[in-house]
Amino acid sequence: MGTQISKAVVDGILTGGVYALMAAGLTLIFGVMQIINIAQGILVVLGAYMSYTLLTYLHIDPFIGLIFTMPLMFGVGVLIEWGFIRRLKQQNRTALSILVTFAIAIVIEGVLTQFFSADLKTLDAWYVEKSLHVFGFYLPYIYLLGFALAVGLLGALYVFLYRTRAGQSIRASVQNRTGAELIGININRVSAMTFGIGAAVTAAGGMVFGATNSFNPNSGYDLISRLLVIIVLGGLGSIGGALVAAVVALVIEDVTAVVWSPVWASTMFFAVLIVVLLIRPNGLFGRPEARAQ
Amino acid sequence: MVQPATIAAPVDPLMTPTLRVTRRTLLVVSLLATIAFPFIFTNPAVTSVAVFTLLFVGAASAWNMFSGYTGYMALGNAVFYGCGAYFFANVSNHFGERGGVNLFAFVPLAGLFAGLVAIPVGWLALRTRRHTFVVITIAIFFIFQLLAYNLTSLTNGSSGMQLPIPPWNAATYNTYFYLAALVVAVAAIALSWAVKRSGFGLELLAIRDDEDRAAGLGVRTNRVKLATFVLTGFVTGMCGAIYAYYLGSIYPPFAFEAIFDVTIALMAFLGGLGSVSGPVVGALIIEPVQQYFTLRFTGGGLSLILFGVLFLAVIRFLPDGIVPSLGGALRRRLNKARAPGVELGPVPDGPEGSISAAAPEINGGLAR
Repeated sequence: MGTQISKAVVDGILTGGVYALMAAGLTLIFGVMQIINIAQGILVVLGAYMSYTLLTYLHIDPFIGLIFTMPLMFGVGVLIEWGFIRRLKQQNRTALSILVTFAIAIVIEGVLTQFFSADLKTLDAWYVEKSLHVFGFYLPYIYLLGFALAVGLLGALYVFLYRTRAGQSIRASVQNRTGAELIGININRVSAMTFGIGAAVTAAGGMVFGATNSFNPNSGYDLISRLLVIIVLGGLGSIGGALVAAVVALVIEDVTAVVWSPVWASTMFFAVLIVVLLIRPNGLFGRPEARAQ
Repeated sequence: MVQPATIAAPVDPLMTPTLRVTRRTLLVVSLLATIAFPFIFTNPAVTSVAVFTLLFVGAASAWNMFSGYTGYMALGNAVFYGCGAYFFANVSNHFGERGGVNLFAFVPLAGLFAGLVAIPVGWLALRTRRHTFVVITIAIFFIFQLLAYNLTSLTNGSSGMQLPIPPWNAATYNTYFYLAALVVAVAAIALSWAVKRSGFGLELLAIRDDEDRAAGLGVRTNRVKLATFVLTGFVTGMCGAIYAYYLGSIYPPFAFEAIFDVTIALMAFLGGLGSVSGPVVGALIIEPVQQYFTLRFTGGGLSLILFGVLFLAVIRFLPDGIVPSLGGALRRRLNKARAPGVELGPVPDGPEGSISAAAPEINGGLAR
């Protein structure tokens, strides 16, 4: 039982890293634009399908394929922001953004179903089946590589946000949108960039997700529900919070599967959110909402 | 020495006595027409769509009663729909009846059950504010969906539950459900209207506009929000119960359906968020369309694409909804028709000091 629990913890950390990456994009979008991007889940699935297409038809390794899928998804994100989010009226913005992004998610799901059908697919590469034998655990290579990828990309995101001008303007917009505009930051550009980043990370997350799970267009719902739980758990707008929340929630879920039963593991995932919100209504690292202006 | 001309206070042109009578008659007429509908259009395909439409009218009105009036977007109402459905399934199976009109008596009970469920759910969710609230309702929805799959003793898990099939003949089968759904829909609309007109409704609208200020003025925000949430649960639960009875069987993904919440939100938005008739109009338009899409474009993603595009078009071009936009346009027409020359503002060639002296009042003090 002990080794099982330890394995569950390790698995939770490894998968938590990947979820953290996708959640980071989502919470960043919220922080900058005050909108909740419900389409994040289906974008992950879209990323998975992109990697799948590259792998199946062009035999490009999924990790290498990221060179193509990430910029492509960045473009998709920018397009969505420019086409739909920017046009939302200021009044009722959050509510409308939820509906709009939900609608976009439905459209993307429909398009994917048309092109790929509802059959379950998965990414098959040489490392998906193999595991690394270390300290008595069998750690699947894909989990390790995926975690390394997530850590790498999160590190890159950190460097971008804290060491570049563009990243600074994003952080400024998170802190005080009006103030940022007043000092000359082009909010439209920042918003587009942020949405693009949020989508680009789903390309990476989608690739790992596709390699570790079988997926079809319907998988988006489960994904977005988890991502939403993670960003609320961590505190809306806080990337660090998303990291901690992702790892904590997934570890708890995996441990529950071992200790109690796999059937209740998913329910526990959501229950953790409820428990935390009872104690800290703004999430682990969230700030209380400012009065609506 | 200025004698300002008598300027009548602006009157809402849609609220004149004659129009009031017209509206009341229209209401009664449409109610009678709706009751007569299944007896005139007896095609079961048509009445089937009508049943679903009425269920959505009820559910959308209930959703609007909470989310439209308070401004808190609740995307977890499917919880009540499913709870009502499963409660009804359990109870109707327990009493072993063969099905029949008397089983409809359990529908209000199912509503009460859903209302009871709404108490802890609402208490939990309402501890949070706008954005977190939406997410927590979504999370609670997924918890309930998972519970439906896993609490097999109550719900039979993914195998679903069968309900007693009433022994009515095929020709009139739908009519019973239609009338039951109509009762619930009318109740929902009436409740929504009563709430809006009451002081309670004013408190809700105040919460929507500025919750902190409302609390400062003495509105018991927590109680008011929770009470409305429970009402919503009650009505939605009844819709769910009728839905289960109509389908004859119930499974977790149908009782707790992710798209359900988005659909009723869209209906309310399309018709006009916060208005009584808005969700009704929205449901009357969208549900038949949705049924048509599912029938016509089965299997492929086309129905999803079309639905999503419709959604986006509505939000883009009719962000206020049909009823408020129409109402506004009508009012403007009527205002112009009534007094074609008089604009509310300084009259260009009026005698010095008469109208323009009174103009500051009309212009709200802008003509200085």
